[in-house]
Amino acid sequence: MATDTQTVEQVINEALVSFGAEPGDITPTATLEALNIDSLDLAELSQIVEERFGVELTSSDVTEIATVGDAVALVASRA
Amino acid sequence: MREVAVTAVGCVSPLGVGAPALLRRWLEGDCGVRDGEAPCASFDPSEFLSVKEARRADRFTQLALAAGAETMAAAGWQDGLPYEAGRVGCMIGTGVGGLGTIEANHASLTAAGAKGVSPLAVPLMMGNAGTAALSMRHGLRGPAFGIVSACAAGAHAIGTAMRTIRWGDADAVLAGGSEAGLTPLARAAFGAMGATSGCGISRPFDVRRDGFVMGEGAGVLLLEDAAKARERGAPILALLRGYGASSDAHHLTAPRAGGEGAAAAISAALADAGLQARDVDYVNAHGTSTPLNDSAETSALRLALGERAREIPVSSLKGSTGHLLGAAGAVEAVATVLALRAGMIPATVGLSETDPELGLDFVPGAARALTGGGGAAVALSNSFGFGGHNAVLVLEVERADAGASAAGRPAL
Repeated sequence: MATDTQTVEQVINEALVSFGAEPGDITPTATLEALNIDSLDLAELSQIVEERFGVELTSSDVTEIATVGDAVALVASRA
Repeated sequence: MREVAVTAVGCVSPLGVGAPALLRRWLEGDCGVRDGEAPCASFDPSEFLSVKEARRADRFTQLALAAGAETMAAAGWQDGLPYEAGRVGCMIGTGVGGLGTIEANHASLTAAGAKGVSPLAVPLMMGNAGTAALSMRHGLRGPAFGIVSACAAGAHAIGTAMRTIRWGDADAVLAGGSEAGLTPLARAAFGAMGATSGCGISRPFDVRRDGFVMGEGAGVLLLEDAAKARERGAPILALLRGYGASSDAHHLTAPRAGGEGAAAAISAALADAGLQARDVDYVNAHGTSTPLNDSAETSALRLALGERAREIPVSSLKGSTGHLLGAAGAVEAVATVLALRAGMIPATVGLSETDPELGLDFVPGAARALTGGGGAAVALSNSFGFGGHNAVLVLEVERADAGASAAGRPAL
């Protein structure tokens, strides 16, 4: 694995904060829905992780993501 | 026919955030132009928008949201509507829409290719984004769409909203205009066509006028079925008595020199209101400070109002705010309502040497008291856009209101 999970987590958390999520609410088990992260945010997140880690998320990948932890794990597994 | 009332107003303009600042500073003869432009320098989006709202809104939408929030709060509707949501519409005009978003994304496209373009580019740049944001923020589920007619968009939106209420398609409509065009492309583009002032001074109807000064801002009015507004005990700021629209069908940017197109809109608006030229107490001119507009508009006023044109005070807000493009008609409607309610005729700020070829009373110098007989005070508010699109509103304020508020703080 070229990129460690911690780095992925940090990038994703920063992105979520920039989308308007409260930093204190972001935990691995927090659902994206609870953080008010919607499809437009996920489209942006896909762009960010592709640029940072070269990981391309398809639309079916994105529908699999329910929690912050899911997103981190998915990206980390391919990074 | 249903009467339509203005029951609340809000705006962000180069004179400050909020309608009271607009009226106060215009009456004082202040000018919001700095270095040849009129930005909303004191506007801080974070005071009005959440992080999510702000990043999902181009600046023109942010301005509309802030102006709309003031309007809804003034109406006491910020926590809920007095009508069924489906009976409240939203119509916000704009000249271009999210110009800054288009420019930023085009720069990313050039630098990084398609992958550099944001998924938010389309929803931020689209011309109906202001309407969409306001309808979402306030849960307005009636007729909603953007209106695009260059510098007449704000007035067309207000007129269309009035028709929507008259026709019975809505009980209330949040209507106005918004523009945020102080961007490199817009500056270069308006400059290239020679529309903007070379000396950076907005002085409508002045013999030395040489173009408009670009500004930004938003104005939002709450229009309401007047009978329903009275029923719920709402204060009525003004009646929107008439609306007239026409097209020059002449030239992409130049008005008909004789003002025939604009005159047709003025006449149509008065006819719609059931009023005559002699009933008009004040004209809030489009008055852009371009050689062609101010001359053609003067001709239009003479054509439509005849001899009466020489007796009516005619002033332009643009000497004070610059030209707010698609927001102009809405901010000017707000300013006109507030000025009449304050019993005042504000001056054309910046005008010191009236063009002798124009020769109307353009209110140079200082604001003066609204004079004349009893009854209602009636104002025309003119807006004309590139493309030859003309929109004129007829606003009426009870003179009793005007007198009462002139004595103290302007009633909002």
